[in-house]
Amino acid sequence: MRGTGMTAEVHVAQRGAPGHEGGREIVASVLRVAVPILLALVVGGIILLILGKDPIAYYGYVARRGLLTWGGLQETFTRMSPLLLIAAGLIVAFRAGIWNLGGDGQFLLAAVITAALGPALVGVLPKALTLIACVIASAIVAGLWAVIPAILKARYGINEIITSLMMSFLGISFANVLIKLFFWDPSTTVPQTRTLPVEDRLPRLFDTTIHSGVLIALAVVVLVHLMMTRTAFGLKLQVVGANPAAAVHAGLNVAWLTIATFTLSAALIGIGGSVEILGVFGTVRADWNPAFGLLVVPLVFLARFNGYAVIGFTLFFSALMIGGDSAARRIGVPQHFVLVLVALLLIFLAVVEYLDHQRRKRIGA
Amino acid sequence: MEALLNQAFLTSLLFGAVTAGVPLLLAGLGEQISEKAGVLNIGIEGMMLFGAYTGFVAAYYSGSFSLGFVAGGIGGALVASLVVLLCIRYGLNQIVIGIAITLGIEGLTALLHYFQFSRTYPRLDQAPVWALPFLSDIPVLGRALFSHNPIVYLAVVLMIALVWVFRATYVGLNLEAAGNKPAALDAAGVSVVKTRAFAVLATGFLSGVGGAYMANVGAGLFVPFMTGGAGFIGIVLAMLARGKPVWVLLGAALFGISLAMTTALQVGGINIPTDVVQMLPFAMVMLVLVIFARHSVLPPALGLPYVRGER
Repeated sequence: MRGTGMTAEVHVAQRGAPGHEGGREIVASVLRVAVPILLALVVGGIILLILGKDPIAYYGYVARRGLLTWGGLQETFTRMSPLLLIAAGLIVAFRAGIWNLGGDGQFLLAAVITAALGPALVGVLPKALTLIACVIASAIVAGLWAVIPAILKARYGINEIITSLMMSFLGISFANVLIKLFFWDPSTTVPQTRTLPVEDRLPRLFDTTIHSGVLIALAVVVLVHLMMTRTAFGLKLQVVGANPAAAVHAGLNVAWLTIATFTLSAALIGIGGSVEILGVFGTVRADWNPAFGLLVVPLVFLARFNGYAVIGFTLFFSALMIGGDSAARRIGVPQHFVLVLVALLLIFLAVVEYLDHQRRKRIGA
Repeated sequence: MEALLNQAFLTSLLFGAVTAGVPLLLAGLGEQISEKAGVLNIGIEGMMLFGAYTGFVAAYYSGSFSLGFVAGGIGGALVASLVVLLCIRYGLNQIVIGIAITLGIEGLTALLHYFQFSRTYPRLDQAPVWALPFLSDIPVLGRALFSHNPIVYLAVVLMIALVWVFRATYVGLNLEAAGNKPAALDAAGVSVVKTRAFAVLATGFLSGVGGAYMANVGAGLFVPFMTGGAGFIGIVLAMLARGKPVWVLLGAALFGISLAMTTALQVGGINIPTDVVQMLPFAMVMLVLVIFARHSVLPPALGLPYVRGER
């Protein structure tokens, strides 16, 4: 469908201009990333000023809390694993020109499946098998949740933004229904699933509070990057994303690729939900919804769909979230401010992309 | 189960359906104007939410509901002007900007609400009601359909007016040309940018009024994130209506009923989690899309910026 302009531009950008233009291209690609981030922080700061808060104090506190204290840094690394897995899912979809915006529903359903299966299986299966079974089951359920939007897009060209969002709202409510009707732990008054004992969760790394899920997430992001750039399947997806009509002419089965990609994207996001439960919470409470799905979108754009680059941006964004969480309590700026920053980042990214595009046209690249 | 069938229950269900359906109708009609002109307005959720906030604040401080609706419309149009500047004038990616607007307004209104009211949620008085003469005396239907806030009737009049505008006026023709063949409109000497800008501003105004209705009449208060996907349902309504305003009205009525069931079933004492009922409208959207998938039609130039001389 439409809206794949970004994808196409990325491919143009990656080829770049050879020769003596090289140095300038490097500067340009640094600017493309640095300028939107700076502008978003500055405009966000102005908004804070208008609301009567000191932006320097806020950003300083967030940076200290999220990156410069050992406790905060561990939380930041822990937060990276769901974000990275969502990013991996989005990279697969976006590279193929598919707007999977249903991440929240996919993530939550996967989380509930894990929270339901984990405590039930842990007495029956060995610990390692339980963890693996949870991840696989969650990935399958999340993947299935994307099948209807995938088929509607592949067969009838129905805009997947709308359908995946609808499935997301549906999934969020359905996750609550599952908890309240089927998986409610009878020993709790507030509806929540049974809890996976701490010793049966994903092992921690050394003496830290960081769980090993972050390693899984890093491995998945790298694998996804290699798949998209080094395999025939990945190349086919890129062709579909850059120009679906050309892909049909090249003899690719676009409908099948669309369905496969959409499902894979959702499954990866589902692994994110599963790992968050296996590593951090061990249970899902009704009405819990971290709503990470849309927040990761600008990170993936900033990284220009590059798996390695997304790792760095995710680190900074995790720090922002962790710092922002405690700033809400300490400085009295609600966590919702992060939403504003994300929005500003997206807008300035698009503006800089546009200016860069104009510049390329001028120099005839 | 008998409780489901008595008169009072039916009246309150239908009354609730109208209250829940009107914001969807306004958003759907607004989105239809944008889509006709070739703009996929994903940011409509943000426009509604901002309209809900500005509309509520205006009504809260002035005590005037009319002022609240105007402020809601202006709030929505203000957000829309960002889309006009970035997407229509400069041709930035409409989807990226749309997502940004929705996220940004969610955050911004939550912040503004927090700094204005802290953690309190002040209520407005009961919204004024016009009971239509004679019609409102019909049993059940009269109370349910014909004694509402004037905006409800205005929304229906607007729907009829749009039928006429799309079918019989130059404005309608220009909008359609901007979505189907922008180059032809340009060649005819009409500015594509201006036509689309007008369409998007109209969308912003209408969805802003819809948001204000949601806050001031529907809920009587503002809660952060209160639109909860209504804007996206508006997009679906516009998609399925294939450019026909009447279908937007029918769709909005359908979704209004399924939204009203949420409260009605609880009042009726049916003991199921509210989440089950909250799934209804979205399940309905998916069902309708699956059944009518073949029939949803969007203009060929939808979502594409118009650059003179390109393509």
